[in-house]
Amino acid sequence: MNFEFSDDQRMIQDQARSFLTEHSPLARVREVLDRDSLDDNSFDLDLWNGLLELGWAGVAIPEHYGGLGLGYLELCVIAEELGRSLAAVPFSSSVYLAAEAILLAGSDEQKQQWLPKIASGEVIASIAFAENLGGVALSAPAVSVSSAGLLNGSKLPVCDGAAADLLLVSAINDYGKSGWYLVTANANGLTRKSLSCIDPSRSVAGVTFSNTPAEPICSARSAESLQADLFNRAAVLFAFEQVGGAQACLDMAREYTTQRYAFGRQIGSFQALKHKMADMFVVIELARSNAYYGAWALSSGAGSLTEAAAVARISATDAYYQCSKENMQAHGGMGYTWELDCHLYYRRAQYLSSLLGSQAYWKDRLMEEVA
Amino acid sequence: MDFNDSQEQAEFRQKVVAWLEQNVDKENTLSKGGMESEQALSEAREWQRKIFDAGWACQTWPKEYGGRGASSIEQVIWSQEVSKYPTREGFFAIGIGNCGPAIMLYGNETQKQELLPRMARADDIWCQMFSEPGAGSDVAGLKTRAEKNGDRWIVNGQKIWTSQAQYADYGVLLTRTDPRLAKHKGLTMFFLDMKQAGVEVRPIKQADGGQAFNEVFFTDVEIPDEQRLGEVNGGWGVALTVLMNERLAIAEVAPNGWPEYWDMIRELQLNGQPALQDDEVRRKTAEWYVMNAGLKNAQARMLSAVAKGGVPGAEASLGKLVGAPMCQDISRYALDLLAQSGACTEEELTLMNAQFQKAYLYAPGLRVAGGTDEVMRNIIAEQVLGLPPDVRVDKGVPFNEIQAGNQGVK
Repeated sequence: MNFEFSDDQRMIQDQARSFLTEHSPLARVREVLDRDSLDDNSFDLDLWNGLLELGWAGVAIPEHYGGLGLGYLELCVIAEELGRSLAAVPFSSSVYLAAEAILLAGSDEQKQQWLPKIASGEVIASIAFAENLGGVALSAPAVSVSSAGLLNGSKLPVCDGAAADLLLVSAINDYGKSGWYLVTANANGLTRKSLSCIDPSRSVAGVTFSNTPAEPICSARSAESLQADLFNRAAVLFAFEQVGGAQACLDMAREYTTQRYAFGRQIGSFQALKHKMADMFVVIELARSNAYYGAWALSSGAGSLTEAAAVARISATDAYYQCSKENMQAHGGMGYTWELDCHLYYRRAQYLSSLLGSQAYWKDRLMEEVA
Repeated sequence: MDFNDSQEQAEFRQKVVAWLEQNVDKENTLSKGGMESEQALSEAREWQRKIFDAGWACQTWPKEYGGRGASSIEQVIWSQEVSKYPTREGFFAIGIGNCGPAIMLYGNETQKQELLPRMARADDIWCQMFSEPGAGSDVAGLKTRAEKNGDRWIVNGQKIWTSQAQYADYGVLLTRTDPRLAKHKGLTMFFLDMKQAGVEVRPIKQADGGQAFNEVFFTDVEIPDEQRLGEVNGGWGVALTVLMNERLAIAEVAPNGWPEYWDMIRELQLNGQPALQDDEVRRKTAEWYVMNAGLKNAQARMLSAVAKGGVPGAEASLGKLVGAPMCQDISRYALDLLAQSGACTEEELTLMNAQFQKAYLYAPGLRVAGGTDEVMRNIIAEQVLGLPPDVRVDKGVPFNEIQAGNQGVK
């Protein structure tokens, strides 16, 4: 048994951390968070260009599609660092979701056409499946596609929808069959609008299609079944971002409670706070270990990816919520100010949680798989 | 990254499995008694002798002391495999896991050659005596006195929570030798003959009705100075070393109630429907599935570090800290699902031989034994996270000026 990342993978992680420490300090995240208008740049363009130069967007994309062809384990360690640093870039939408969807279901021609551009960053891509602010009926999206391949209807919220050049959109055809479609953002009849977001350092948008030309991707599969496979892959990568963020919360709480004095002593010497932080450590360790299992299942193809992904997703989502709220609590009144960074993690925790299905969705999928 | 055995590990595992298949009675003819029964003791002794004779006992001990000089990971593989069979493995875990290393590290050569192989073969049974009625989580607050008299020490006092004391031949004993020094500084470790005059063992009846441990009383018990382990007043360091060894006993995930629950819940019918079709039951079950997976995968990471020659640190506390409350909550939830039948503990009549009823009653003990949940959290906070120690009113104060134990009630 060697249930650990290799030295080479650790080196990639160390490099990612150094790069992000320098190029994505929280002050930079705040520049995006504090932007005056939603129409301003919705992400950190300099950081995005910097990480594209390092090839990160193509780490898991095969070389013949323009990527580095390293693999998922390498992408996982980078994801952990992106999560830790709260990097304000559309990486998860373009890399974990859109690129993976095309890899999973695209024709060779579609892969040739889009993957090199996603890897180089020439194209930012995302997926659009949610349709209203009340729940989603995956099997029956309201966005329709005509026999001539024209989309009509709206999707919202779409993660990084305003920044995306390419969207994968779920839609239903005249025969009541659902599927996924590729749409370029400059296509006829596509309009979009940035929406206010629970984490303004990331973004969501509403996208409307009016006789917008689209191209089917893997028409043999229903939107729902493809989405399940895609979510499995993305859940593992999201879990690493979530674990990275949760760890940053614990580090922040530890540092603050060691420096802050009250009643004549370091507040971190009080058991009420020690035990809170010990519990944060415990949930992170469990979530990290489950994320490792997910990484192994994703990279090796062994075991059930649905099981591994659900387990990684559920524990990482819970861990990030717990650690971000308790970090805020450990900071007392200051933790509730805009000035302190606690809310950045608390916001990001919910953003990552919202994008990929509820806990109930994952619990049901897990039990369906294993029981 | 690989979740599976290396080739070397797989080969060793195969050897272990092959031997176990040949040598364990899979029909499970073991008696039902707990650790307090004579029958269980003789079954445990028989098993220990069998594995000793086959060369599997005390894997990591040197050969000359009765072990096989193997790596920690082989010890772990052995434990993982043997746990799948009905045996009395682990019955002597405290003696072999804690007392053995204490003798190995601090005994003289004659003692090691004489005592360790006998321990490995279960010819002698050992117990460990640290805790006292007034010194539990604060174990360094112990009061059992050892006073020097020529080349012997005279011991008076009382120990508690001592597993296997009722049939132990030897014990490792932590005493106070200088109460004028600060709490941690005046302690000394010994080993002693438990069958000698002045040692009295009384069983403790637990809240679940069982009797797995004891009180031990010492009245003018004599211990030769050559049975001292480590320096005079250096006993705290010896104790820490011994407890550190305990962390290597991480082979099995601490009991968390999950395997029994998972077996039960997939069969259970509620109102004529499979229980897992109920939204609440299904999702609650998913939460425990995830928690159990987290424990299993965390252990896999720890074992990977052990396989590389590392020693698990304080993070090894995690399995017990999560597993014990989980066991309690799972058993309570199972009893709730069983409705009225949860109230009945008749083994023959209730689901799965009243396992959940029993677990409900013994789980509170899991949360205390080997360090309470609260002590575990302190260990993680201070030793892993490096948080500042609590303010200590007894720091640097001579022991005989410190208040300890229950001051209000006897």
